[in-house]
Amino acid sequence: MALIADLLLQAVQMMLVVAIAPALLGVTRKIKARLLRRVGPPVLQPYSDLWKLMHKEAVLADNASWVYRVAPYLIFAATWVAAALVPSYATGLLFSWSADLIAIVALLGTARFALALAGMDVGTAFGGIGASREMMIASLAEPAMLLIVFTVALVAGTTQLSAIATLFATGPVGLRVSLGLGLFAFLFVAIAENARIPIDNPATHLELTMVHEAMVLEYSGRHLAMIEAAAALKLVLYFSLIICLFFPPGIAAPGAGLPTYALGISVYLVKLLALAVLLPIGETSVAKMRVFRYPIFLGSAFVAAALAVFLLFVSKGF
Amino acid sequence: MISPVEAILVVPAIAVPALALVSDYRLGAGINMLASAVSLVAAVFLLFAEHPRGDLIIVDDFNIFLIVLTSFVGFTTSVFSASYIAHEIEIGRLTPAFLRFYHAMYQALMGAMSVALLANNIGLMWVGVEVATLSTVMMVGIYRTREAIEAAWKYFILGSVGIGLAFFGTILVYVVAQEAVGEGLPGMTWDLLLKSAPALDPKLLSLAFVFLLVGYGTKVGLAPFHAWLPDAHAEGPTPISAVLSGLLLNVALYALLRFKMVLSANVAAIDVGAIMVTLGMISFVFAAFMLYRRRDIKRLFAYSSIEHMGIAAFAFGMGGPLANFAGLLHMTMHSLIKSAIFFAVGHIAQVKGTQRIAAISGISTTHPALAVLFALAVIAIAGLPPFGMFTSEFMLISSTFARQPALSVALVVGLLVAFGALVLRLQDIVFGDPTGKADPAQASYVPAFVHLALVLAAGLWLPEPVVQWFRIVAAQLG
Amino acid sequence: MPSLMFDIAHLLAGSMLVLSFLLLYQDRIAAVINVFALQAIALSLSVAWQALVQDAPALFVTSALALIVKGFVVPTALRHIIRRLEIDREIEQIIGSGPTILTGLGLVALSILLMQPVGEVNVYAREDLAFALAVILLGLLMMITRRNAVTQVVGFMSLENGLILAATGAKGMPLVVEVSVAFSILIAFIVFGVFVFRMRERFDTVDVSALDRFRGERTD
Repeated sequence: MALIADLLLQAVQMMLVVAIAPALLGVTRKIKARLLRRVGPPVLQPYSDLWKLMHKEAVLADNASWVYRVAPYLIFAATWVAAALVPSYATGLLFSWSADLIAIVALLGTARFALALAGMDVGTAFGGIGASREMMIASLAEPAMLLIVFTVALVAGTTQLSAIATLFATGPVGLRVSLGLGLFAFLFVAIAENARIPIDNPATHLELTMVHEAMVLEYSGRHLAMIEAAAALKLVLYFSLIICLFFPPGIAAPGAGLPTYALGISVYLVKLLALAVLLPIGETSVAKMRVFRYPIFLGSAFVAAALAVFLLFVSKGF
Repeated sequence: MISPVEAILVVPAIAVPALALVSDYRLGAGINMLASAVSLVAAVFLLFAEHPRGDLIIVDDFNIFLIVLTSFVGFTTSVFSASYIAHEIEIGRLTPAFLRFYHAMYQALMGAMSVALLANNIGLMWVGVEVATLSTVMMVGIYRTREAIEAAWKYFILGSVGIGLAFFGTILVYVVAQEAVGEGLPGMTWDLLLKSAPALDPKLLSLAFVFLLVGYGTKVGLAPFHAWLPDAHAEGPTPISAVLSGLLLNVALYALLRFKMVLSANVAAIDVGAIMVTLGMISFVFAAFMLYRRRDIKRLFAYSSIEHMGIAAFAFGMGGPLANFAGLLHMTMHSLIKSAIFFAVGHIAQVKGTQRIAAISGISTTHPALAVLFALAVIAIAGLPPFGMFTSEFMLISSTFARQPALSVALVVGLLVAFGALVLRLQDIVFGDPTGKADPAQASYVPAFVHLALVLAAGLWLPEPVVQWFRIVAAQLG
Repeated sequence: MPSLMFDIAHLLAGSMLVLSFLLLYQDRIAAVINVFALQAIALSLSVAWQALVQDAPALFVTSALALIVKGFVVPTALRHIIRRLEIDREIEQIIGSGPTILTGLGLVALSILLMQPVGEVNVYAREDLAFALAVILLGLLMMITRRNAVTQVVGFMSLENGLILAATGAKGMPLVVEVSVAFSILIAFIVFGVFVFRMRERFDTVDVSALDRFRGERTD
């Protein structure tokens, strides 16, 4: 009985993230449009888009290999697993023993790798541009991401997300400079990884400004649906990470009753909504950066994360 | 009735604003001389008066002789300066407006050095050295030529960095002292620090000393922190070169020695002596070789200052009564001789209108008295008997030979190399056919001769009270 | 709540450190001066907090001095200087941003390492001194890697900020010392200002690499 309950809770989390991902994307686009004084598409438009794409024919290039056909599924699967593991409304779920921060970073890396390969597979120029830019961003963002992981892990004493969330939600963490710097760095990395302005414009198809879009330019039909869904899931994933690592109060502890879980879900949704509102506000206030300035942007994230790690040693000593 | 210590501190404090307001440069020079004379008299009185001790000010055996020396050289330099600047105005290198500033800064320098020497509080000593540095920076750049501004800027940057690190070292010392002595003023006073030295944490004390060594070592001119020294000496007015070499370097060395005393009392701290010996040796060997290729006369003697400060640091690093005595004597003799040399160099630069050695020769024909002065001064600084520097160098060599024969070889080699360079240049400058201009000398030769006479006297016969005095301080230095 | 007190102290000192990095990173003079003013404000807040925590009202004086002199007077004077001299361009650096900042990170790690022995004497002082030494070393790095005289001055002033932070971290430093230190720093700044003008007057530029040609050792 207990096992079924646990399984159910874990399943709820998995379904929750997949279900709300397009909605989150829709909210972001709507608010961005409003900020730009447009009416914008309806909030549930991404669901319609996915539905439409699933029913369309998938057109493949003649020289597309199996990599090209398999990649979208691989990307979607990896991202979904990662998103399902991050504690959203409750900690201590059935599979949370595998929810290791470094494992999640690795899963996302796998997805990125598959995407880059797919982009280069058909041999178009845009695919190549997109893949190389994506890899450059990755090479700058990954070190920063790992340093953030170290910061959080050093503070909490573990890399297991569930334990970290519990500790930060209830334990005596206090106002720590390192975590502040870590949050700052993480925001920059999240922007870079999710291909938002100022790193990449998700609504553009201009050669000069594409990164993510360039790699998926050739995709259509159900493949494109998978990739779009994966992108939305990635956004949910990063938001969930921000909430779980830096603003965890409200998360339900294991073994709590149904009302607590309901509270957990609503708190989680509210926080997601808050972040979904803040993102477009940020995006509309800055312009997209030129590609050669990416190192500066991500370099600041790296410096902030490195400082965060160093500062942890100031009090503790080596 | 004002006490001697108060006089020494108050006189410059009054003189600076007074000199800033006086517009006639002759009157300014006169006030400068008067202020320096009063300070000298006060210092001599201090010798015989009771030695006060407070939380901020202290007078003990160590700093009293430096105070007297500083006031004396300050006074003679002000006399030289008064006669020197008339010529500078004539040739247009300085304007009367600059001179107001120059005299005010001179007294500010004297005052700051007195504060640094008299201070019982390590922070106050730092402030004194900092203000002294700032006033010399202003004066080095006073000619406003490109070279002067470059020299002053380099001096400022390097000096500021050094002084910043020295302050950090000072704070570290305070943090260490807090545990043993307590918070507030007592934690920063020399005598209390010295008394509680064995109880201080050795690792932290050593770390603090490293910062202090880099910081104050820059101001002493020890290699490799010496980069500011040659340019600053070459581009500033000659009286300032004299005071820089003769006095400010000593004050910085004094600061280092005070800290060395504290560290020596703590057994587990790093061996300061070894570090000072190494730095000193690097300095004097390096400077001795650099003497050969110098083409500017002031730069030549600037390197000579680096060499002698290196020898002094070496002496104090060796430690022990004989080496310390040698070091103290060396500091004193160097002060007197180096300032005399710069007086002579100033005369030469004025009569020849240039500082380049290649353009100066045959002084013995055109200005015999100056030639004699210069020759004697160079012989003195090269360390020949019967001048006082020979005594100190000989004592140092014998003391080093007894303990570390290998090092004494290095010492002798350095001295001989420097000797060779100096004698070669002496020949070039004094003998040979006269070239270039030959203006009559307008500045007074008296201060330089007075210094040389003192050095000669010290070389022939050091008065017993002075010997006793040096011995006491040498013992304190450990 | 002692832990919260130390957290806030860390926060303020840490923000000074982050601002030091920002200083290294700027490429326009006006931005450099603004970031420096921010750092001075962070310094005065940090000192004021120390005054509260250590129960040392004398430190409030230092905090006010830091705020007025370095947060207000010095930046205003610097802006006046750059307006008079009409330099408002980009600053050239001797080595690029990237290596500079990596070196800066290395210096931060070095200062934390160096200040380890302090921990055995006084744990609280160690943290303040580690931050302070890091700010000092970063100010030094800024002085070394910049070619513009005005930014060298700002680097020096930033170094002095670190010194003041160190001085307040050491409990009970007497007021007379702090005031005289502040005074001498002010004079140092005035001297700098004078020199920047002279340099401009003589060299027509404040790029210090122009001074290199007049280094005595070259011709000597």
